Amino acid sequence: MDIHEYQAKERFRAAGIDVPPGEIATTPEEAETIAAGYGGTVVVKAQVHSGGRGKAGGVRLAKDAAEAKEHATAILGMDIKGLTVEKVLVTPAEDIDTEAYVGVLMDRKKQAATFMVSAEGGVDIEHVAHETPELIRKLTVDPRYGILPHQAFWLANFLYDDPKLIKQASKIIAQLYDAFVNSGASMAEINPLITTSAGEVKAIDAKMSIDDSELFRRPDVEAMRDTSSEPASEVKAREAGLSYVKLDGDVGCCVNGAGLAMATMDLVKYYGGEPANFLDIGGSSNPDKVVAALEIITSDPNVKAILFNIFGGITRCDDVARGIVEATNRIDIGPPIVIRLTGTNEELALEILSDAGFSAYTSMDAVVEKAVELAAGGA
Amino acid sequence: MSIFIDNDTKLVVQGITGRDGSFHTLQTMEYGTNVVAGVTPGKGGQTFEGPNGQTVPIFNAMDEAVAETGANTSVIFVPPAFAAGAVLEAADSGVALVVAITEGVPVLDMARAHVFARDKGVRVLGPNCPGLISPGKAKVGILPGQIVTEGPIGLVSRSGTLTYEAVFQLTGAGLGQTTCVGIGGDPLIGTNFIDCLEAFEADPDTKGVVMLGEIGGTDEQEAAAYVSDHMSKPVVGFIAGQTAPPGRRMGHAGAIISGSAGTAEEKMKAFEENGIAVAKRPADLVGLIQDALN
Repeated sequence: MDIHEYQAKERFRAAGIDVPPGEIATTPEEAETIAAGYGGTVVVKAQVHSGGRGKAGGVRLAKDAAEAKEHATAILGMDIKGLTVEKVLVTPAEDIDTEAYVGVLMDRKKQAATFMVSAEGGVDIEHVAHETPELIRKLTVDPRYGILPHQAFWLANFLYDDPKLIKQASKIIAQLYDAFVNSGASMAEINPLITTSAGEVKAIDAKMSIDDSELFRRPDVEAMRDTSSEPASEVKAREAGLSYVKLDGDVGCCVNGAGLAMATMDLVKYYGGEPANFLDIGGSSNPDKVVAALEIITSDPNVKAILFNIFGGITRCDDVARGIVEATNRIDIGPPIVIRLTGTNEELALEILSDAGFSAYTSMDAVVEKAVELAAGGA
Repeated sequence: MSIFIDNDTKLVVQGITGRDGSFHTLQTMEYGTNVVAGVTPGKGGQTFEGPNGQTVPIFNAMDEAVAETGANTSVIFVPPAFAAGAVLEAADSGVALVVAITEGVPVLDMARAHVFARDKGVRVLGPNCPGLISPGKAKVGILPGQIVTEGPIGLVSRSGTLTYEAVFQLTGAGLGQTTCVGIGGDPLIGTNFIDCLEAFEADPDTKGVVMLGEIGGTDEQEAAAYVSDHMSKPVVGFIAGQTAPPGRRMGHAGAIISGSAGTAEEKMKAFEENGIAVAKRPADLVGLIQDALN
């Protein structure tokens, strides 16, 4: 789960990191009031789960409250990579001397949190890593000890020459690791970490992604979820315990298991169609889940055919069959449904489906081919 | 032969009294696996009723279970909040292999558990995996026993049901398996493709390997390099997620394209460059492995 910059900043402040103040506005008038309160130059920043805010014009400097209002008017409601900006952060402008990058993320290969720092901040770090890897210093943290003082120093020493700056940055690096661990994060990033002409080191931007598997034990982090930044269908899917990602095609897919769900989408493409979604109904499915899945799929107006691909292992085919029948009784499903069921309780499932007037396939290729044909307008 | 589990496997089930644990223990016993113990804190002294009048003693803790029964393998069905703790306890108990089925275990917890298990020399499979099965010998986890059959193919996969699909097609074509291993869909897993490839290469009964990957991370790319450098046996592969959009988690916590890294395209390219024939769809795996074996 991604959280917004202002939320990540709250986590950073709680860990002791020097983050300049800032307040959230949802209207231009609020932005004006906040800016007037700070006096002087402020920055108005779009709060949206997307990179490239600056390039899209979502981050603007305002020399007074009137200009802050003007900028907020322009930014609120702006579309950045398909997401509508609902909130802006208004924060006093800092006097920036240098910009560095400090980030920590869960490294799959090292199987531990790994820091990346660079004196080249304020730019796309993936680009720096690719073009000039010598400008980046990396350190993998042993999860048994956390980041040790000399390790934080070693990272900070790569950023600055001035011992006073190194000392402040070492502290921030250790605090960032605390924020990362205490938030159950998979990534935490300060870009840029600035120095001011007064010799202070501050985090003026903040980015954080949370490991979804942590949320059950971190209600304070779960409360930061912004459902307005997700399609309504994905919110509904999560509440129903389904894993769903909306795509742009017209073949609705309902599959058990993530790997098979992806392979099914790929096969739709192989046969010349376009999948409308990724949907994993999960392991121990009950009929209610199938009903919810069908409601979600049919809420997408692009869907012209619905395809079930179920390989029963833990999932019992008869449960899915009952769900399909129940859903078609309960809601009006426009597009045609084609079904492939095999594995646990397959015979029982086929009986339930044929009694209800459905026919089912046993081959994955056959059912996908049929669904693509139906979506294309064939009979 | 087979890899990781065989007729000598003596299994202890952590979370044997839970809904999933009890259901799969029954299935595992019906398959003929030697289940010697169960562990559920607070239920020590009770007995689990298996099929055909068999019973399994339940213990409060892993050390007791291992001391009393000589268990050498554990399988974990405990809820996410306690799963990493169960891995730590198992790794400290004397078993050689710990199979963690649980999905949704916090990754930071697993980072610590993996280091601990590695230090103890204990192999962890998973978490968020379907386990493994050596047809005719033993099954540990949730892979359905009815779709596998004994034969010369080793299968390793990051997925559950996609594994079933591939096994179903192999078995249907008369190609049985030595061992089918699901390594799990999480970002941090204890046993990776290379570990399995190495074991299949060393197993005299395995004549060829089917490798099922998916988007996210670089495990497949490293495995491909390993195949070309170290394997004499043919390997064929499939990558799921060719149509997955970047930046979105596709069900599995680890199935996400980050920036431009971890795409199906780059993985398929790595396979091809290293002599691994790539199936465009699961149905093509059978023909590819048959060709490779001949």
